[in-house]
Amino acid sequence: MTDNPFSLWVYLSQSPLLWLTVTLLVYASTDAVSLATRRHPLANPVLHAMWIIGAFLLATGTSYTTYFAGAQFVHFLLGPATVALAVPLYENRTRVVASIVPMLVALVVGSVTAVVSVVLLAELAGLPRDVVLSLAPKSVTAGVAMGISESLHADPSLTAVSVILTGIMGAIIVTPLMNRTGVTDFRARGFAAGLAAHGIGTARAFQVDEIAGVFSGIAMSLNALVTSFLVPLAVTLLVR
Amino acid sequence: MLASLSLILLCQLIGEAVVRGLRLPLPGPVLGLLLLLILLLARDRFVLLARGPLLNDGVETASKGLLAHLSLLFVPAGVGVVQKLDLLASHGIAIVLVLALSVVATLLATVLTFRLVSRLLRQQDAR
Repeated sequence: MTDNPFSLWVYLSQSPLLWLTVTLLVYASTDAVSLATRRHPLANPVLHAMWIIGAFLLATGTSYTTYFAGAQFVHFLLGPATVALAVPLYENRTRVVASIVPMLVALVVGSVTAVVSVVLLAELAGLPRDVVLSLAPKSVTAGVAMGISESLHADPSLTAVSVILTGIMGAIIVTPLMNRTGVTDFRARGFAAGLAAHGIGTARAFQVDEIAGVFSGIAMSLNALVTSFLVPLAVTLLVR
Repeated sequence: MLASLSLILLCQLIGEAVVRGLRLPLPGPVLGLLLLLILLLARDRFVLLARGPLLNDGVETASKGLLAHLSLLFVPAGVGVVQKLDLLASHGIAIVLVLALSVVATLLATVLTFRLVSRLLRQQDAR
């Protein structure tokens, strides 16, 4: 009888059920806190879910591979959620078509700034070459960025982490930063959020304003396209 | 609901298949997005298509359900930070600073360009 709780833990900790439940429960709590603080930028639900679950894994000595066996069911939905962005895009199509020119110009300027600034800053900071390459695609959504990183023979798992960190920082900083610039056009604000901070920025934009969310989603999809071409080019030109 | 989710998955599946088959340098789900958008637009044009998930806001409701919890979907990849603790210990501050500066530069460059161009266009319209 005495070893029962332990063998139960050994059984559960290897099952996908436990880690899926932990992911959903922790996120539900951090999301509730975010809602209770009226979506304060610093109460970002992804940031807090990440460190709570991470600390739990370290404390219980659980490997990320074991955790991911359960969490992959959530991770999988990133693809279908990207497809689902077609719906807000469809519903706001007249506004989108009306802003097509500023969108495309901002897309080119933003994508180039995202890639060039991170590569130059990382070189300036003296980071190792493989780290610089892994950081380069950080402004696009996780799946795409990891693909780019793989094709550069960089480290896709470091890319995933830098993508999430970028998304979280972008989501935290976007509202105070935009308020300071005095830009009140929610099309422009949302577009910038999605371009710089992909899906996490888009989730933030939808919390602030529906139109901002729509433009953020478009920016995220378009940037995935542009960055796929841009990163290999920038790396050839800029990395020593 | 089931048909709507199937339609979303089908769009992604076709997207992935085409991207792989033709070796296109774009992510499969983005092509899936375009496909679903074309389907929705075509439905308004041709009554024949307005059935199943494309009727009574079926696919619209399912999509909004998925998007309502978009940030949750990033948590599993984010927890991957536990695998990178040694790298973060040696280069963490530099990496975070580089990413933070780059994200601020990107946000500002994008939002200011967007506003500048839409103002220029409005001035042209006014003339």
